[in-house]
Amino acid sequence: MISLRTTWLAANAVLMAVSLWMIFLWAPTDANLGTVQRALYFHVPVSIIAICAIILVAIGSVVFLATGRQKWDWFAYASAETGVLMGGLALVTGAIWGRPIWNVWWTWDAKLTTTLILWFIFVGYLMLRAYAPPGAQGARLAAVVGIIGAIDAPIIYYAADLWRTTHPQRVAGPGAEGSLESEMALTLVVSMITVASTYAYVLLERYRVRRSEAELIELSQKVRATVAA
Amino acid sequence: MSALGPVWAIARKDIVLELRNREIVVSLLVFSMLVLIVFNFAVELTTVNLAVVGPGILWVAIAFAGVLGVNRTFVLEKERDALDGLMLAPVSRDAMFLGKALGSFLFMLVAEAVLIPVFAALFDVSLMRGETVVVALLATSGFAGAGTVFAAMAVNTRSREIMLPVLFLPVVSPLLIAAVEATAVIADGGGWGGLGAWLQLLGVFDVLFVAGGAILFHYVLED
Repeated sequence: MISLRTTWLAANAVLMAVSLWMIFLWAPTDANLGTVQRALYFHVPVSIIAICAIILVAIGSVVFLATGRQKWDWFAYASAETGVLMGGLALVTGAIWGRPIWNVWWTWDAKLTTTLILWFIFVGYLMLRAYAPPGAQGARLAAVVGIIGAIDAPIIYYAADLWRTTHPQRVAGPGAEGSLESEMALTLVVSMITVASTYAYVLLERYRVRRSEAELIELSQKVRATVAA
Repeated sequence: MSALGPVWAIARKDIVLELRNREIVVSLLVFSMLVLIVFNFAVELTTVNLAVVGPGILWVAIAFAGVLGVNRTFVLEKERDALDGLMLAPVSRDAMFLGKALGSFLFMLVAEAVLIPVFAALFDVSLMRGETVVVALLATSGFAGAGTVFAAMAVNTRSREIMLPVLFLPVVSPLLIAAVEATAVIADGGGWGGLGAWLQLLGVFDVLFVAGGAILFHYVLED
């Protein structure tokens, strides 16, 4: 009997192969931007998923603080880890796109600035989890950071936007978004599904790890209590 | 008064302690002035770039000193387990938050009252105006509010010295942007008109972090 997990993993691998084929072989090369435009098929999905991950961390954190049920904390923690990964990929793929198109690896545009600051807030979240005392207290502190990060996100964007509009743009942006050709749009959709499925799978795996860790701590406490008695 | 009683009692405790040893304000001041001096060597300042670069240097100094200040107010509580005593007191967590934040706010403000004129004199930036006071008040409330939440968290972790700035600095980045830009407008000779959006941003941040801090503090310091 093949488990749902294995089936999912296999389907995900197939999906990944298909989207790679679509991205690099099937989708037409962009007339203006050239082959580097293919970075878009990675960049857009990982960026969207990174934003979703932040929202999921906030939801998990709020529900955990409200109900005190551990599974919501495991969920928030797993989502933060996966979110930092996706955010990191969004920053890297963005830089790969930026170098040939904008002529710089990085520009302090509102979206880029916001992404980078949020990435640091959630790296801080993970550091806090590593340094905070294990158990309920660490989970509560992390939940507070998760909520603050989500509340702060729109303010950071607003501030960065206001900041950049008061300064002249240093480099030309990609300009107004043109409409994608239908093959490009389909490739983007497939890539989006692939990244979302990968994210959900990794999230679930990390969630299971968190649960196993909690069970392990509980068991070792039981053993210790038995030995002591 | 009854609702604000505990807030004032906690703030007063910190103020009395500070009046006796002057530890926090003096360290804030010395450290922030050193940051100004370090920047003076690190960045080649000319009359051309001063109005642009100067406000940034000032607020970096204040933000870094603020990290030390809020950290100190909680390390003092942690030593000899005073924090446990405070948590046992029949005082709500939001009153505790407001009291601690008020103390940090006042200490930072006193340090700024010396630092900003010194900065204006050292770097020849004209900041001695009413607008500067408003910007400093708004920005410092935000720093104190967010700083108090994170300091209370960091004090309970290993390596708290690194945990506080790592959490605090990215979260207050909108505040820093707004304070720097507003100060640049003032240094440039612009009046209230050019400050509108920045003051609004500072205000929104303050309201969110003081109210949010008061609500979330309950979870930060739960026994």
